Amino acid sequence: MSELRDEIPSFEKRTTADHGPIDWTGLTSIRGARSTMEVGSIIALFALVFFGLELILRWTNTPTYVFPKPIAVVRTLANEFTAVYAHHLWVTMYEFLAGYAIGSAVGLLLAALITQKPFAEKVIAPYVLIMVTTPMIAFVPFLRLKMGFGSWPLIIAVALAAGPMVMINSATGFRRTDLAKIALARSYGASTFQIFRKIRFPLALPMIIVGFMVGSIFGLLTAVGGEMVAASESGGLGERLVYYSSLARMDEFGAVILIIAALGVSIYVLFYFVGKRWASWEA
Amino acid sequence: MEPKLRIEGASKIYATKSGAVHALEDFSLDVHEGELVCILGPSGCGKTTLLWALSGLHALSSGRILLDGTPVVGPRPKEIGMIFQDANLLPWRNLRQNIEFPFEIKKRPVDGQRIDSLLGETGLRDFVGSMPRELSGGMQQRASIVRALAQNPGVLLMDEPFGALDAFTRDEMNLLLMRLWSESGQTIVFVTHNISEAIFLADRVVVMTPRPGRLARVYEIDLPRPRTVEMMFESGFIELVQDMKRVVETGGRDLLEVE
Repeated sequence: MSELRDEIPSFEKRTTADHGPIDWTGLTSIRGARSTMEVGSIIALFALVFFGLELILRWTNTPTYVFPKPIAVVRTLANEFTAVYAHHLWVTMYEFLAGYAIGSAVGLLLAALITQKPFAEKVIAPYVLIMVTTPMIAFVPFLRLKMGFGSWPLIIAVALAAGPMVMINSATGFRRTDLAKIALARSYGASTFQIFRKIRFPLALPMIIVGFMVGSIFGLLTAVGGEMVAASESGGLGERLVYYSSLARMDEFGAVILIIAALGVSIYVLFYFVGKRWASWEA
Repeated sequence: MEPKLRIEGASKIYATKSGAVHALEDFSLDVHEGELVCILGPSGCGKTTLLWALSGLHALSSGRILLDGTPVVGPRPKEIGMIFQDANLLPWRNLRQNIEFPFEIKKRPVDGQRIDSLLGETGLRDFVGSMPRELSGGMQQRASIVRALAQNPGVLLMDEPFGALDAFTRDEMNLLLMRLWSESGQTIVFVTHNISEAIFLADRVVVMTPRPGRLARVYEIDLPRPRTVEMMFESGFIELVQDMKRVVETGGRDLLEVE
């Protein structure tokens, strides 16, 4: 009975506002190309940028240490990927994935728990805000001092960066209550856990996915940035960026940038499909 | 004969910021097995409060409700099915998943045969894969009726189910409801603020006064069944509409619509 607090839900104002502000356009604006015309244009523009840059750099005799030529960058990437870059990609991926898994799991769990008690939420909110606004890269040197040269300092930094992002967005999702839907479930005899699993969680899911996406971006940022500040003894993509730029080896530097960009785009595409599958009902 | 539903001196007082609001005062009524009773009243007369109390979702301040002789103190999913103001479908589930939702909650095997026959009768068979937002309001409400009827409840509580639909769709839905009811014979309590809808559907119409909601008058409707839309234009029907409108008006503000 307490679940409804004797409120009869209003059926009149069916606004999206009481579902919280959500805009999926950011995630869904890139749609699959439809016609050969579109595909052709996309490829043509890419070729124009790629070879245009190459031509300009050759024309102006720009030295490689000022700006690397695209063809040379791609050639370096292809020739040395398995020998050099695959290892560093793996190091960064490992730190990112481990930290992200820990951070997002804890963030999601905490969000589900604290939204049950408004009082707990008020007490914890300032700390979450501090964690969201403070760049966690700042802690990496400190963690290095305490924990040595392994992967853990970076895993912890990634978890601290991603977790609060997942948490605040998920909490927004869990705060959405639709009394009519809860009443529906209760009228069929649903338990509190069933109401959570079948109503509250699916209702929160679009916001949770947003949280996971924002968290992954912050996590990758922290993994690469942390490596630039104080990498582990195994290196990593961030460590390579610092190394190659200090030696002005710009072809290799460009290759690493390409790998990081590809990683970021892959994460974006992954969440695009996750959002499409699990959150499109709200679009 | 023992009534299916007995409401004894039901009162409900809501505590609000501006003080206590008497939504329902000393309301008593017996509803018999297989009867279709319409509760008619203006907005804010406590008819929805009454229905939510009948469903066991809300508690009364005083008085009690008996279903088959036992007091209703919480939801009774085996015996009661509820149909809500808008269709109240879950937007993240397609039509079939919505209809199967009560089976999941009750952890019962899905009665596919019953669902299929109801889908056929409501003309929804080709739309089971659609998401709610892809369907019209009438189709959504038909799906919610299928969802409730698939559980085969003895009592169906309907809270202004067709209030948001246009007049044509509403007539169509009323006819559909009566056809389904004539086949399965549930006890139905149907809340509405539309006078002609109430007369058109009901065995008895219970008219309520505005706040605090009290029972004003009970009308026995002896229109023959099956009923047709043409009956709504006969002189006897129209006189009854005017009479009910007067009863509600003497109770206070007039918020009823006459169509």
